[in-house]
Amino acid sequence: MNDRELTFAEAIREALAEEMRRDPRVFIIGEDVAEAGTPFKVLAGLVEEFGKDRVIDTPISEQGFAGLGVGAAMTGMRPVVDLMFGDFLTLALDQIVNQAAKVRYMSGGKLKAPIVFRTTLGATRRSAAQHSQSLHAWVSHIPGLEVALPSTPYDAKGLLKTAIRDENPVVFFEDKMMYKLKGPVPTDDYTIPFGVADVKRAGTDITIVATSSMVQVALGAAKRLDEIGVSAEVIDPRTTFPLDKPALIESAKKTSRALVVDEGYERYGVTAEIASVIADGAFYYLDAPVKRMGALDVPVPFSPVLEDLTVPTEQSVFEMAKMLCGKT
Amino acid sequence: MIAAAKINEVKTKAQHRALGLSDEQALELYWHILLARRLDERMWILHRQHEVAFHISGIGHEATQVGAAFALRKGYDWVHPYYRDLALSLTIGMTPRDLMLALYGKQGEPSSGAHQMPAHYGNRALKIVSGSSPVATQIPQAAGIAFAIKYKGTDEVVLTCFGEGSTAEGDFHEGLNWAGIFKLPVIFLCQNNQYAISVPVHKEMPVPNVADRAVAYGMTGVIVDGNDALEVYRVMREAVERARRGEGATLVEAKTYRPVPHSSDDDDRTYRSRAEVDEWKKKDPVLRMRQYLESVGLLNEARSQEYEARAKQAVDDANEFAKNASYPPAEAALENVWGEISRQ
Repeated sequence: MNDRELTFAEAIREALAEEMRRDPRVFIIGEDVAEAGTPFKVLAGLVEEFGKDRVIDTPISEQGFAGLGVGAAMTGMRPVVDLMFGDFLTLALDQIVNQAAKVRYMSGGKLKAPIVFRTTLGATRRSAAQHSQSLHAWVSHIPGLEVALPSTPYDAKGLLKTAIRDENPVVFFEDKMMYKLKGPVPTDDYTIPFGVADVKRAGTDITIVATSSMVQVALGAAKRLDEIGVSAEVIDPRTTFPLDKPALIESAKKTSRALVVDEGYERYGVTAEIASVIADGAFYYLDAPVKRMGALDVPVPFSPVLEDLTVPTEQSVFEMAKMLCGKT
Repeated sequence: MIAAAKINEVKTKAQHRALGLSDEQALELYWHILLARRLDERMWILHRQHEVAFHISGIGHEATQVGAAFALRKGYDWVHPYYRDLALSLTIGMTPRDLMLALYGKQGEPSSGAHQMPAHYGNRALKIVSGSSPVATQIPQAAGIAFAIKYKGTDEVVLTCFGEGSTAEGDFHEGLNWAGIFKLPVIFLCQNNQYAISVPVHKEMPVPNVADRAVAYGMTGVIVDGNDALEVYRVMREAVERARRGEGATLVEAKTYRPVPHSSDDDDRTYRSRAEVDEWKKKDPVLRMRQYLESVGLLNEARSQEYEARAKQAVDDANEFAKNASYPPAEAALENVWGEISRQ
């Protein structure tokens, strides 16, 4: 059974179902989460098992149900709040940033908000500017929040279970293009600790740090780099906070080159933070400046040719890595 | 016959007894109103003397808050207050020392460990939830607490408070919509003090009463004279009973007035006349309650003076205590950002 494969969506659903069976305080709240099972069908079947008292359809009111979740969490419940698109974070941001993230601090540790905000990131679904953004840098900026970005079905299940059991508010980003990606997921109960990077592919010539949607892109680029004699290591931090700084630094020290790829906007983005960590920690070992690749500084357009230009691709990552390694 | 008539007259005036409150409880109500007022006034003075950095006041709102608190089971029901709820927090069980420690930002301050601005009252043991500076955010959260109560199947209720200014926020609509749909055990107490800082109520909303909006959420809406503590108690008790019976939420609008500036940063002389403020001062909650208790023979000049002396002593004690308390160690700035993180 241990070589069983699940899709990313099935892994998420299984994590939720197992946690809801384990802990009666866990409930799901969001738009179209019950019979509809969300637009991506990630939650299909959960309402049948757990009923409408635990899989709760809401009116269209992101700020309202985010706040409702925060209130319930403060009493000891474990809400999993479903924000259909990461772009809708804007609608709920006060309850996430000013409320959930600060409950513990502003109550001197007397209250806490153990709550998970599940949402999505990622472009190339032809959904344009308000359904395609990757806004995880925003919440990674805020003390009091943890941010998880799984890139495989295995990581999705293990990280989500950790998020639900964690004492802090967690914002959990799922790449909407990855829901159908298949991968091995063991049947036993496992969790993945936060702040532990995972080497998705070992290599010796260059470190490609990649998050979420960009991990598969980086692995594709690494395969092509291999063909031209460049051995790329692909490392996925899996959580932007806590961030596994030592693992990223050690990898860069080993390979002496680093490229950071993330689908958020490049400007002031996750790539900047990680590049700075590596530049600071591996300075004397580096043979090239740390390079960054993120989404272009434009709203995401609809038309396929336009949209595809805005995010890093296997080809663009391949070329940047090749250049960094001095190959022409 | 004359004696009997006199007794009857007193009886009809004894509104508190008709509400099931003993004479002692009526006096207790007055005590909390008075103590809150004198404490609040001292906080203003301390600010003007540059002893403290900031004060935001509940003056004028005491009758609403104390009347509401009396309708709750203290420490059993949840309270999610806003920054004017000094009298409410005191009545639920916070102490003048607690509130003074918060004002100075001193060690041992129970609301937030001196992390939050003063007047963000909170006490976990009393089930008072430390609130937020952005307004109205407590409204959906209170619905969430009520949701959890319903989920767990207990008969606790939630009281949350806000000014009429907050009712223009999306959170107000979203929270009440929720509470209406799910028939949640929560009381939304709007303390309509006529101003959102400088913006008068007629520029805040196109309807005359906040309570009129209750119909849009399928819940009972009630308007009450917010300067009459006994009337607020009566209305709140009904709302609490409704919530405990599982009949859902109530929107209570207490009409009151803020006779002082919004906060220590505000100067209200720029946006309203002194004549208007003076008119409302005639309906002052402290005055109203004292006159009532005098009319039913529970207070006289001498007893009033005793209450004043007791309040002054409590305020002096709290101030001395907080003034002499130490600040938290600077490292406390780094505490309680995160709880335990699920690392390896």
